Amino acid sequence: MKLRNTEQRWGLVSVIIHWFTAIAVVGMFALGLWMVELTYYDHWYRQAPFIHKSIGVLLFLLTLARLLWRWSNPRPVELTGHSAFEKRAARIAHGLIYLLLFSIMISGYLISTADGRAVDVFNWFSIPATVHGHEQQEDIAGLIHLVLAVSLITLVTMHAAAALKHHFVDRDRTLSRILGK
Amino acid sequence: MKNTLLAFILLFSSSAFVPSAAFAADYEIDTKGAHAFIQFKISHLGYSWLVGRFNTFDGEFSYDEKNPAASKVVVSIDTASIDSNHAERDKHLRSKDFLDVGKFPKAKFVSTSFKELGNGKAELVGDLTLHGVTRAVTIAVEHVGHGKDPWGGYRRGFAGTTKFALKDFGIDYDLGPASQEVELFLSVEGIRK
Repeated sequence: MKLRNTEQRWGLVSVIIHWFTAIAVVGMFALGLWMVELTYYDHWYRQAPFIHKSIGVLLFLLTLARLLWRWSNPRPVELTGHSAFEKRAARIAHGLIYLLLFSIMISGYLISTADGRAVDVFNWFSIPATVHGHEQQEDIAGLIHLVLAVSLITLVTMHAAAALKHHFVDRDRTLSRILGK
Repeated sequence: MKNTLLAFILLFSSSAFVPSAAFAADYEIDTKGAHAFIQFKISHLGYSWLVGRFNTFDGEFSYDEKNPAASKVVVSIDTASIDSNHAERDKHLRSKDFLDVGKFPKAKFVSTSFKELGNGKAELVGDLTLHGVTRAVTIAVEHVGHGKDPWGGYRRGFAGTTKFALKDFGIDYDLGPASQEVELFLSVEGIRK
């Protein structure tokens, strides 16, 4: 498999970023819902949000890099067997996924930095606060973070269901392509 | 015109020279000038104190030096204004685990009795409504001082402390055995109306 995309195939870099993001998004959703229910004496009470925030920042940087990579690479052409509706729906869904990803990551950042504190990324580096000190910023950002996360998971489920439909019902190369084939 | 002016001067000068504090007076708690504080203190794991406060509240009291037992206090607190100097913690404190501010946006204290104990000390009993639960609490009060302020007003201030179990108000999130009770420190300065 080539590193770069071609007109026919996704390259290794795009494939790896796609699947890393897929695992991260599902994992972060579960981790996020789980960690807010932890009790004070749970071992993970402090560790789980720390991991959640660290991965969130790294995923943000990865998604930025992903967009740069996407724009500097050829884009595999849409499969001819897809209907105009399918092509359009897929384009909208993909755009929305990017939009939701960034909105979720930014709203999450605005929760943790609402009082001016920085976000630590695995004791490796930290991202300073920028917009902070607004009245109940952490509550508003928190609500947005949750609502958008549920929206993203809904969209991702549809995205996955569509891929499986292409693979098993239409028997086309949609899913195989994102596996690098 | 002259008469009106004279009347005004008389009115204002007379109110400025009323002999102070010799009669029952109503005071508005000076939250505008932030000379009133509601702070809380709770043990963290038994190893240190966590101190926080409520930023938004208002209230009033009446106090009569000749009949202190008739004193009354009412304070209303915006629970969402809790501030422990940590946004993530404040978010948690506002959630259903603690104050549940969506459901219980206000906490309230209404006094039921006031007893002077001498030496500037007093005992204030009242109903505290917090988290939808109303219970009697006793506040140990210290009369800090009173007198004219430099801007033509008259002020009187008290400090008080009380302690209660969070569980008594239906807040049962487990913070550990050392953190069952929260202490409140109240410092209020009233401006006479």
